[in-house]
Amino acid sequence: MDPILYTILLCVIVFGISLGAAAYMTWGERKLAAVLQDRVGPSRAGPFGLLQPIADGIKMIFKEEMIPTHSNRWLFVLGPCFFMLTACMTSVVIPWGSGLTINDTFYRMQVTDINIGLLYLLGVVSIGVYGIMIGGWASNNKYSLLGALRASSQMISYEVAMGLSLIALVMTTGTLQLGEIVRQQDGGFANVVYQPLGFLIFLICAFAETNRAPFDLPETESELVGGFHTEYSSMKLGFFLFAEYINMFISSAVMATLYFGGYNFPFQHELGLEGNALAIVQSLVFMLKISGFIFLFMWIRWTLPRFRYDQLMNLGWKILLPLALANIFITGLVMFFSGKLG
Amino acid sequence: MLTNRAKVVVKKELSWSERIYLPAILQGMLITFSHLFKRTPTIKYPEQKREFSPVYRGQHVLKRDESGAERCTACGLCAVSCPAEAITMDAAERKKGEEHLYREEKYARIYEINMLRCIFCGLCEEACPKEAIFLTDRIVPSSFTRGEEIFGKDKLVEPVDAPIDVSARQTNDVLEFKKNKKFYHNLTFNDRQIR
Repeated sequence: MDPILYTILLCVIVFGISLGAAAYMTWGERKLAAVLQDRVGPSRAGPFGLLQPIADGIKMIFKEEMIPTHSNRWLFVLGPCFFMLTACMTSVVIPWGSGLTINDTFYRMQVTDINIGLLYLLGVVSIGVYGIMIGGWASNNKYSLLGALRASSQMISYEVAMGLSLIALVMTTGTLQLGEIVRQQDGGFANVVYQPLGFLIFLICAFAETNRAPFDLPETESELVGGFHTEYSSMKLGFFLFAEYINMFISSAVMATLYFGGYNFPFQHELGLEGNALAIVQSLVFMLKISGFIFLFMWIRWTLPRFRYDQLMNLGWKILLPLALANIFITGLVMFFSGKLG
Repeated sequence: MLTNRAKVVVKKELSWSERIYLPAILQGMLITFSHLFKRTPTIKYPEQKREFSPVYRGQHVLKRDESGAERCTACGLCAVSCPAEAITMDAAERKKGEEHLYREEKYARIYEINMLRCIFCGLCEEACPKEAIFLTDRIVPSSFTRGEEIFGKDKLVEPVDAPIDVSARQTNDVLEFKKNKKFYHNLTFNDRQIR
């Protein structure tokens, strides 16, 4: 198959998977929330309420579309589009599997394995805040603006710690290429063994970056109505909500890739599986790891109350940032004394 | 200290493990996790129904007597006793040949209960001298318009072929009273013919 055509096809597949996963995460979230609170949850649309995401989507599309008169119309529409775009963009560098060989042709399961994958990831994540910022500002509403401001400052603050925690990882792996990071974890221990503190920092930052509880301050319903999406309705609101789930899916995938061995699983070569069969099992294991992280995201959301804003900033700047720096320092020392350096 | 439940609040510095919050977070997560295995107490209504107590006060029924004639004589006591003023009726005189339809000489031509006003207190049932109106264990169905919630005789009078059992609501006093044949209205249609 033509490489460009294949890349496009792969993009479409990855896009479809992330959208489908996000759709069913909304169902999963509601179901899990219900179960954790001893309720039933969605159970009417289809068996176990499995058609609920479709019903929700249809509802969103058929809702009345409202654009406030005094809003900046163009930016108002741009906001959710941008948020959605950046949410979907990150998935291209994630290795979803080791690759299939059909008719002597190798089909990779990663859209692109650029050698600065990690940098690309951080870059796209940091422009993700623009969607919220533009949307909140264009709404011309004080609650939206406050929500947008909170979102931006929160994401910028936590990006620092996030980036620093990744630097320690880059020091141990010596590469920014995600495919390479995953291949390094084949056989040996997963990176979380070498970088437990780094993983913890990354995990906390991932919660903050995706605006999930306990860091969901941008949309604090109780004080800011709906935060940056107060003025949004119909599918534009749907985009904001949906993109949050895509973000969650992608950051789960990133955590699984960087710290939990990606598609590798222990004793994978002793199973007697070869080639394509192994690759498929690996992809399934990867999906399982992602589901585990998504479960963690939701589990924490329905356990912890929201941080206060000053606590959030304290945690980000006064605790996570020094911890991340200490982590880099310790990693450096260990590497120096174990002779792994240069 | 009347209830012995007062707690003395101590303001102390948090220990290191308390300050990093992680143990507390894990503890909380375990608590929520344990709820994954708890049974949900939800009753999925249309399929499952909650067991009602025998004196549950739901949708009203206008009873017929043993021969199938409506017991209501449109005396209006239910309407008078109704604190929500939900009951309206219009009386008419029984014509010759309608004896099998209406038990008394006077009957309710129109009998309406506004289910949106009704508070299901059961005073109508208590006031009724003819044992004509009872509250049942049926739930008043919801509707899309207010008009549909004004129940007329078509919905209130029990069908001839499918009588609604209200025996659970009839207390011993009521049953005793019913046996008393000295009250004319306790006689069946046939007994009255003999008189």
